[in-house]
Amino acid sequence: MSLELIGITVLWIFLYGYIIVASIDFGAGFFSYYSYLTKKEHIINKIIDRYLSPVWEVTNVFLIFFIVGIVGFFPDTAYYYGTALLIPGGIALILLTIRGSFYAFANYGGRESKFFLFLYGMTGLFIPASLSTGLTISEGGFIVQSGEQIHFLAGKLFQSPYSWTVVFLAIVSILYISASFLTYYANKAGDRLAMEQLRKYSLFWSGPTILASVLVFWGLSHHNPIHFAKAWDIRWVFACSFVCFLIAVLLMWKRKLFGLSFLTVMLQFAFAFFGYGYSHLPYLLYPYITIQSGLTNTTMGWALVIAFIAGLVLLIPSLILLMWLFLFNAKYVKNEK
Amino acid sequence: MDSAFWSRMLTEETLAFHIIWAAIGVGVPIFISLAEFIGIRKKDPHYTLMAKRWTRGFVITVAVGVVTGTCIGVLLSLLWPTFMQLVGNVISLPLFLETFAFFFEAIFLGIYLYTWDRFKNPYLHWLTSIPVIIGSTLSAVFITTVNSFMNTPAGFKLDKAGKVVDIDPIGAMLNPATPSKVGHVVSSSYLVSGFLLAGLAAFFILRGRKHIYYKKALKLTMITTFILCIATIAMGDISAKFLAKHQPAKLAAIEWHFETSKGAPLVLFGKLDPETHEVKYAIKIPKALSILATNSPDGTVIGLDKIPKHLWPPLYIHYLFDTKISIAFYLLFIAALFLFLWIWKKGNPFHPILLYGIIAAAPLSFVAMELGWIFSEVGRLPWIITGIMKVGEAATTAANVKLMYFLFTGLYLVLAIVAVTVLLRLFKGKTAEAELASYKEVS
Repeated sequence: MSLELIGITVLWIFLYGYIIVASIDFGAGFFSYYSYLTKKEHIINKIIDRYLSPVWEVTNVFLIFFIVGIVGFFPDTAYYYGTALLIPGGIALILLTIRGSFYAFANYGGRESKFFLFLYGMTGLFIPASLSTGLTISEGGFIVQSGEQIHFLAGKLFQSPYSWTVVFLAIVSILYISASFLTYYANKAGDRLAMEQLRKYSLFWSGPTILASVLVFWGLSHHNPIHFAKAWDIRWVFACSFVCFLIAVLLMWKRKLFGLSFLTVMLQFAFAFFGYGYSHLPYLLYPYITIQSGLTNTTMGWALVIAFIAGLVLLIPSLILLMWLFLFNAKYVKNEK
Repeated sequence: MDSAFWSRMLTEETLAFHIIWAAIGVGVPIFISLAEFIGIRKKDPHYTLMAKRWTRGFVITVAVGVVTGTCIGVLLSLLWPTFMQLVGNVISLPLFLETFAFFFEAIFLGIYLYTWDRFKNPYLHWLTSIPVIIGSTLSAVFITTVNSFMNTPAGFKLDKAGKVVDIDPIGAMLNPATPSKVGHVVSSSYLVSGFLLAGLAAFFILRGRKHIYYKKALKLTMITTFILCIATIAMGDISAKFLAKHQPAKLAAIEWHFETSKGAPLVLFGKLDPETHEVKYAIKIPKALSILATNSPDGTVIGLDKIPKHLWPPLYIHYLFDTKISIAFYLLFIAALFLFLWIWKKGNPFHPILLYGIIAAAPLSFVAMELGWIFSEVGRLPWIITGIMKVGEAATTAANVKLMYFLFTGLYLVLAIVAVTVLLRLFKGKTAEAELASYKEVS
C-alpha cells in the first residue's frame, strides 16, 4: 500500500471514529434538552450523564487528531482549506468551545442550569452543520484559485442544494446514531423507561436518515457527476450499508439484541462513509489537491506512520481500560459503583 | 488594518489566554499526585482530601485548557495557512505526537476522576495519576519543540526554488532551542501551579481558617515550589547561553546591547532613547552579560550592530524581560524565606506578612509566565520561522479575520468569567474542615 493511501486511510478511520463518538455526544445533548422541554428529563437524563461524564474529553481528540493529521500528511490542505474555512471553521470552533466548557461547568460545577442545558443541546445541532461544510467544499466549486489568491465562494455554498442536503444528513444522522447507542446503553443499565423512550427516538429518526442519504446522492449527481459516477461503480458498498440499516431497524423494532442493532448502525455508516471516501479519491479537494499532489515528503510521511503505530500501541489498551471500567462494566452502568 | 494584523491579534489573544489554563493543566497533576501519595503513605486523610479538592477545581481549569487548546490548534491552520503548509512538511511529527499525548492524558483523567472508590488497593488509584502527569507534560514538551523550531529551524534544507528538501523529522524536533525551551516551559508550568495552590492555602489561613489541613497544604506546595524555583532559574540561565549562540538578535534586543564587544555589561532596568539608543538610569553590572552568555568574563557578545536594522526585534522587550526576572527572584526569595522559617525552630512560616507575600506570588508568577512568553515571541520578530519566513508572509489572505477576532474575544471573556464563577461557587461554603467532619461521620 502506498504512503498516500495509508495516510488517507488512517485519517478517514479517525474521522469515522469522530463521527460515531461525536454523534452520540451531540445527540445526547439534544435529547437532554428536548426531554427537559417535554418534561421527561427524569426518564433519560441519568443514563445520558452516566455515559457522557467520563468520555467527553476523548471526543474532541478525534477531531483534533484528524485536523493535525491531515496537515501533517497533506500540508497543501492547510493552505487551501485554511484560507477557505476561516468563517465556518471559526464558528464551529466557537460552538465547540462553548459546548465543551459549559458541559464541564454544568457537570463538575455542581449545579444544574437550564441555560447550560440549552447551550449543550443547541450547539450539538449547529456544530455538525458547520463542520459538514468541510466535506461539501471538498467536492469543488466553492474554492477558486486565481494566481496566488484563494477565494472562498460563501454565497454559492449557501445557495447550493447539495450543501443543504449534507447539512440535513449530518443532523438527522447524529440523532439516529445517538438514540440507537443510548437505547443499548439504557437497556444494559436495566432502565426500562429510558430504553423505551430512546427506542422511540431511534425509530423516529431512522426514516429521515435514509431519506437524507438518498437526497445527498441526488445532490451529488448534480453537483459533482464525476464523483457520483465513481460512487455508482461501487454501488454494492452502499447496498451493504442499506442492508445493515434494515437489520438495525428490525432489531430495534423487535426489541432484540440492542448491542447488535447498534453495531449494525455503525456498520451502516462505515459502509456509506468509506464508500463515499473511496469514490472521492484521489481528490482531497476537487480539482486542486489529490492525495498524490498534496502528499508530504516521504520521510515525514513514514515518520508519521510510525508515530501513529506507536501511538496506537499506547492508546488501544488505555481505551480498552476506559471502556472496561465505564462502558461495559454492568455495575457502573447500573449505578452500583 | 490588514488580515496579517488581525491574525496576529487573534493568535496572541488565544495563546495568552490558553497558556494560563495549559500551565495549570500541566502543573497541578504533579501536586495532586504528590498529595494523594503522601495521604496513602502516611494514612493521613488530610492529604487525601487535598488531592480530592485540588482535582475538583482542576477539572474546571482543564476543560478551559482543552477547549482553548482546540481553538489554537485549529486557528493555526485557519490564520497561518502558508506557515502550516511548511510546518506540515517539516515539523508535523511533534504536533501529531502531542495529540496522542493529550489523548492518553484525557483517557486517564476520566479514569482518575471516576474511580476514587473503585479499587481495594489505594495505590492502584494513585497509579492512574501517573499517566495524567506523563500525558500532560509530554503535551507541553511536544508543543514546545514546535515553538523551538520556529526560533531555530533545523532538520531540513531549502533548495534554489525555495522548496523544502532533505527533511529530518527528528532533527527538526531536536533543534538547538529545544532543550532549553522545553526545560524552561515545563519547570515554569509546575512552578506557577505550585504558587497558585500555595497562594490559595495562604489566603485561607489569613482568612482565619485554623485547621492544620491548610498548613499542610502550604508546606507541601511551598517546599516543592522552592525546588522548582531553582530549576526554573537554572533553565533560564541555560536559555541565555543558548540565545547568545543561536539567536543573538533576540539576546541583544533584550539587553539593549548595541555594539558587539568583549566583557559586555548586563543592563538592568533603565530607559532607552528610541532615537539615539542612549540608555539612561540603568544599573550596569560590568562583564555580567558576557558571563551569562559565554561563561567567561571576557567573552564576546554579538550586538545589534551585526544585525541589519530591518531585522531587529522590537526593543521594548527589555522592559518585559526585566519585569519577568524581577518577579522570578521575588518568587525565589519568598519560597526560600518560607523554607528558612520552617526549618529554623524559632521561625514562624505562617507569619501574616509572609502569607501576604505568598498570596501576591500567585498572580505574579502568572504575570512572569505571560511576560516570558511575550518577550520570547516578540523577540523573534520579524520572523515567524527565524530566517525562513516572516510573519507578514505567513498570514491568511482571507477577509473577515477582524470579525473573528471580536467573536473570539467575546468568547474568551465569557469563558473566563464563567470559569471563575463556577470555581468560586464550587468551594463556597464547602470548607475542608466541614468535608473532613463529614468523612468521619460516614466512617
